[in-house]
Amino acid sequence: MNPIQTTANTAAKTKSLEQVIDINNLRKGFGTQEVLKNVSLQLFKGENLAVLGKSGSGKSVLIKCIVRLFNPDHGTINVLGEDVTALNNESLGELRKKIGFLFQSGALYDSMTVRQNLEFPLRRIKKDLSQKEINEKINEALENVGLSDTLNKMPSQLSGGMRKRISLARTIVVDPIIILYDEPTTGLDPATSDEISLLINDIQKKYKTSSLIITHDIECARNTADRLIMLHEGEVYKNGQLAEFEKSSDTLIRSFFK
Amino acid sequence: MKKINPVIKVKTIAKEQSIKLSEKAIAKTAEAHNFLTDVADFFLFLSRTCKETFSRDFEFKEFLRQSFQIGYKSLPLISVTGFIMGLVLTIQARPSLVHFGAVSLLPGMVAVSLIREMGPVITALICAGKIGSGMGAELGSMKVTEQIDAMEVSSTNPMKFLVVTRVLAATLMIPVLVLYSDALGLFGCWVGANIKGDVSFVLFCSQAFSHLEFIDLMPAVIKSFFFGAVIGLVGCYKGYTAGRGTESVGIAANSAVVLSSLLVIIVDLIAVQITDLL
Repeated sequence: MNPIQTTANTAAKTKSLEQVIDINNLRKGFGTQEVLKNVSLQLFKGENLAVLGKSGSGKSVLIKCIVRLFNPDHGTINVLGEDVTALNNESLGELRKKIGFLFQSGALYDSMTVRQNLEFPLRRIKKDLSQKEINEKINEALENVGLSDTLNKMPSQLSGGMRKRISLARTIVVDPIIILYDEPTTGLDPATSDEISLLINDIQKKYKTSSLIITHDIECARNTADRLIMLHEGEVYKNGQLAEFEKSSDTLIRSFFK
Repeated sequence: MKKINPVIKVKTIAKEQSIKLSEKAIAKTAEAHNFLTDVADFFLFLSRTCKETFSRDFEFKEFLRQSFQIGYKSLPLISVTGFIMGLVLTIQARPSLVHFGAVSLLPGMVAVSLIREMGPVITALICAGKIGSGMGAELGSMKVTEQIDAMEVSSTNPMKFLVVTRVLAATLMIPVLVLYSDALGLFGCWVGANIKGDVSFVLFCSQAFSHLEFIDLMPAVIKSFFFGAVIGLVGCYKGYTAGRGTESVGIAANSAVVLSSLLVIIVDLIAVQITDLL
């Protein structure tokens, strides 16, 4: 296997930027299977970082370790200056309020309407908002994803692309500082995938968020990422700009950039 | 033809048998280990639920919604089963009592058996099927579709929001359903008594309640609270700890019904023993 290739170019560009996520020597296993082996990566303020990798390379486990849905076995995860692994439940809850998470399946609450889905995190995270302000924020989030007319629909009445958009609206409605995207375009047709990618860019520009995008969809990575990291067998295989990946002659990288 | 040394042959067979026995022993130990782990996990889940019940920020709105789902939405099923239970009991018992010339004891006998045993146990078993499986399937599917994770990352404690509210709603609603079922069972008994006889409602009530004492009602109500808690806890535990695949939703719903029905019977046995001692 190739060694970790961090280019001097990328390092110089990112050195002066503020880190919002700093992961060092992260290891995570389930039983005897080691999924993440010594992963280190940084996400900088205002950056869109795409993490590429084949299915089973540990991408989703990595993103779930960041919000401590999984407890890491070893290593440190600093998010907005706080060590996630050392936080108690209360502090972790406070930190999670600043992080948006778009799940692979959308994870909309089936028993709630679209409005209630957006209202649910809003009422818990922004407790001081009045009903009028809540309504305004919900309408604004739905307008941003182009689905204002779905307010009273149930998730079962929405298509796959619409569910992803509503899920994205639910993520941005609480004004997160960081957004973690877990396979945002999986299961969508190419046209809808492109729409979601554009939406990710729009949201980054409008809300000035930093985003970590887990994907195996190279088009999504091309459209959204400022920087790419490739995970392979639980390790960082390559870290660099899109152009460096596209020029690479490495077989594994080429298999993604055909 | 090559002759095999019989000693070596016996040794080989013995070795093979020994390996087979070892494999069986390992499999049995693993089964026992899984069972014990499951029991330990259930008690950990129970202690976490108790801890979250008495912590801050009770989800009152969700508790009311669950109480409505468990209580009000179960009324049609409980009404039909309660009424039929009383009716059938009367139709079955009447010939024997007529044979002994004790037909006037029929309302009292049915009332005592309904209120002390049949009402609480049958209602709890029906609720184990309806409510337990519903909770197992709902929470299981929420787990599979990452809705529980979504709740957790949006700073909501899913144990408090999903589990505590459901367990408390089941604990409080099942005694109400039991009392409602008892009342309809007695009405069914009156209808049954009037199929082959003529008993006024007032006379029926006076005959039924003359055989009932406070001590008949209280243990039944108290054990109904435990039935509710068991159904809620098992349903939530099975759903909350479901695996990641879609088939685990079915497994969670099914095992919630089986285990909660079994535990209802065991709790009933313990309750009867305690009542007997008093």
